[in-house]
Amino acid sequence: MLRTGSVVLNAVLAAFVLAFATPLVARHVPRQAGALAALLPAGIFVWLLNQAELALGPGVVERWPWSPLPDVTLTFRLDGLSLLMALIISGVGALILFYAGAYMQGQAQAGRLYALLLAFMASMLGLVLADNLIALFVFWELTSITSFLLIGWHFQEERSRAAALQALIVTGGGGLALLAGFVLIGLVGGTWEIAELAAQAGTLQESGLYLPILLLLWLGAASKSAQFPFHFWLPGAMVAPTPVSAYLHSATMVKAGVYLLARLSPALGGTSEWSLLFMVTGLVTLLLGAWLSLKQDDMKRMLAWSTVSSLGLLVTLLGLGTKLATEAAALYLLAHALFKGALFMVAGAIDHATGTRDMRRLRGLAGALPTSALAAGLAGLSMAGMPLLAGFAAKEFIYEAALYSGGSVWLLVLLLLAGNVAFVVVAQQMTLRVFAGTSLRIEGFHTPGIPLWLAALAPGALGLALGLLPEVTATLAGSAARAIYGAPVTIHLFVLPGSVTPMLLLSALTIVAGVLLYRRRMQLEPWLNWLDQGARLGPERAFRRLVDWLPRFAERVTALQQNGRLRSYVLWIVGAWLLLLGLTWALRGGPGLPSDLLLRLSDLRFHEFILVLVILAGLASVMRANTLLTLVVSLGVVGFGTAIVFLLFGAPDLAMTQFSIETLGVILFVLVLYRLPGMARLSPRRTVLRDSIVAGLAGAVVTLMILVITDVPLVSPLKTWFAGASEPLGHGHNVVNVILVDFRGFDTMGEITVLGIAAIGIFALLKLRPGRNVGDGKDGP
Amino acid sequence: MTSIILVVATRLIFPLMLMFSLFLLLRGHDAPGGGFVGGLVAAAAFALFAFATSVTRARDALGRSTFRLIGVGLLFAFVSGLPGLFAGSPFLRALWTSAELPVIGKLSSVLLFDTGVLLVVVGVTLTIVFAMAEADEEEEE
Repeated sequence: MLRTGSVVLNAVLAAFVLAFATPLVARHVPRQAGALAALLPAGIFVWLLNQAELALGPGVVERWPWSPLPDVTLTFRLDGLSLLMALIISGVGALILFYAGAYMQGQAQAGRLYALLLAFMASMLGLVLADNLIALFVFWELTSITSFLLIGWHFQEERSRAAALQALIVTGGGGLALLAGFVLIGLVGGTWEIAELAAQAGTLQESGLYLPILLLLWLGAASKSAQFPFHFWLPGAMVAPTPVSAYLHSATMVKAGVYLLARLSPALGGTSEWSLLFMVTGLVTLLLGAWLSLKQDDMKRMLAWSTVSSLGLLVTLLGLGTKLATEAAALYLLAHALFKGALFMVAGAIDHATGTRDMRRLRGLAGALPTSALAAGLAGLSMAGMPLLAGFAAKEFIYEAALYSGGSVWLLVLLLLAGNVAFVVVAQQMTLRVFAGTSLRIEGFHTPGIPLWLAALAPGALGLALGLLPEVTATLAGSAARAIYGAPVTIHLFVLPGSVTPMLLLSALTIVAGVLLYRRRMQLEPWLNWLDQGARLGPERAFRRLVDWLPRFAERVTALQQNGRLRSYVLWIVGAWLLLLGLTWALRGGPGLPSDLLLRLSDLRFHEFILVLVILAGLASVMRANTLLTLVVSLGVVGFGTAIVFLLFGAPDLAMTQFSIETLGVILFVLVLYRLPGMARLSPRRTVLRDSIVAGLAGAVVTLMILVITDVPLVSPLKTWFAGASEPLGHGHNVVNVILVDFRGFDTMGEITVLGIAAIGIFALLKLRPGRNVGDGKDGP
Repeated sequence: MTSIILVVATRLIFPLMLMFSLFLLLRGHDAPGGGFVGGLVAAAAFALFAFATSVTRARDALGRSTFRLIGVGLLFAFVSGLPGLFAGSPFLRALWTSAELPVIGKLSSVLLFDTGVLLVVVGVTLTIVFAMAEADEEEEE
């Protein structure tokens, strides 16, 4: 259904605008600012629920052509998949801002954090609602940038800056690959509208560019969603404040890559290449994340690796691409956002209350933090896939999808089982290990504010509600699965299984194995540490090497070209120009020299001949000059001679300007003359010879070019047009001036702006010099 | 190193140069001249003044900081583009009045634009000249 309204656009834009207003709000009402900022995502959440019936049915489309290119439009589509994502983004967003209001209490610049969180939310909403690849890409990059700013929140710390930069380089690099992939898609499919691309799946998949497109898409999605071998940036991002980690790096932004695969699945998915690429990536990531999550003692790092693992699971399911797999992916997407967001917020509340996130120092917190314990318990049960909670249905469908995948079923089931067992262990770490047992006395303990546990309890309770209301879950996830699968999908869910199925047995096995593994985790430690030796040679090391090498390489190139000597800069510029022009001329050929060259020389009048001689004499004097004064005077002769040439050949404006410039040049020289070092021959003979050859060649090429160009009869309509239009349109007889101030006035405005900026730069160079060495002739004006 | 000849000559030439600058600006639209050259001539006049007396006195004669000249000049150029915008035409569309004034001639947004160019050129050139000359004077102290 095509709608010409602007509700989605307004929602996204309003979020951006209001984001910048939050620091102001925070200045006036610092205590309530977080809760006030939460009203915006809450409002969007309610609006989305209001639109749900329409979105789940025919869907809503808004199109905004903003660029002269017909294919580059701002198209928004609200269908099942984008509704699910947008509900997660706005719902979790509202809770996170509410939570952040308490978490950041009393900290300076908290308003800036809310602003960045809202700006991120707006970008992310744009990303999941965009139905045009170019628009999607813009929002994609915006999420990378806001994520960079949020990871580097504690910018005074080296560690934060490094982690932020690492995340930006990895996701930004992936973004570039993605853009290349989108361009290829546009070339093959002839459109960037995602809905239209889905109809062209055949064309895209049979094209020779299909594999390159797939690989570029893989680079973009895998880097964003922290898939192997780009997984390393996500745990590093945990240096950000906990609200950021909970929101961006667990519930929403890292899902962008997964979302993209889901969104493009109808257009590009279903082939054996697609399945192989994404299933292998996903399974490797699932196991790697699962293994690394087991050996963490820091709650946030453990949850981060567990998130990597979950993302791997989602990519695996999308790679599998069967109807059951898409259903499982949609269910898990929803369940994961709820339980992982809640667990992160619990970890933040514990950190806030006790001052530590190290699980070795935490025990028996249930008495001190009963409400957080309840939130963690609900989320943990969902994560472990216990019946009655949202995570249970997701796990059932994951096993069912694997059992009916048709390939090497048992291998797939075994790998998924391994990953799921690790989730059960992590769930117990976050609940039993931290909250159960006898309580420890912790120095400086204080009870966290209400938002810190309430915001975590809400998604935990919602996980239970969704488990108890299977119809709602089925409608929401089924509609999303329909958008991924590209054909109608109906999910049948149940609160409790009616009969014993293989899936149920596998679920039971998962939980039993998880509990056993958790009880024996002490015996596992030597194993985990032994395996850890391999990780040191991982992709993170390669990334560090690259990042170290790149600036050194750039430095070497720069040192070669820009060595601080003016004469070598001129040589590079003139040399490069000569090379390019000469090559073009030699390769492409060009019009020859005019045949009547000598004949035309005889047209030279006597005073013109004298003028040429004067200029040449001036030049000779420049080259032979022994003192600076001679040099300046000789240069003046050349300059004034050139001005007279302009005057003689009908360019009085140019001549006048040249005269003024020469005069001012003399004034400037007089000012700096005494300050320059004595005239010295700095270059050895060989350098002089080389420079002379380059200069001579450059002069010869320019002369030849002018001869050739003036010989070709000029049929450009511009000259006659300007001459004719100057009076009637520009009200002036001086064509040059009319062009400068009227026809090309905008250019002139740009030029005078540049002049002004240059003056400020020169002023700074002269006034703010470190020593008193102005005008040493190196880089003065 | 102030020479009597330079001082006396400057006293005569300085106002003439400024008038010439204005003349170039006003006639620029129909005959050789314009804001750019006019600006260079005016800048040369003030540079001469600075040589004959001192940079401080030249700054006093100018009455405004050179940066302000640049800023005001850019503002003039920008503002001259607005009437066109309000008249429903593109930014910087030249507008002319039919009123003919003595000396100045027809008033137009173009004249404002060219005046802006002149001010920027004067500001830029004098920023550089004064900064260099001041470095020179500091050294002598």
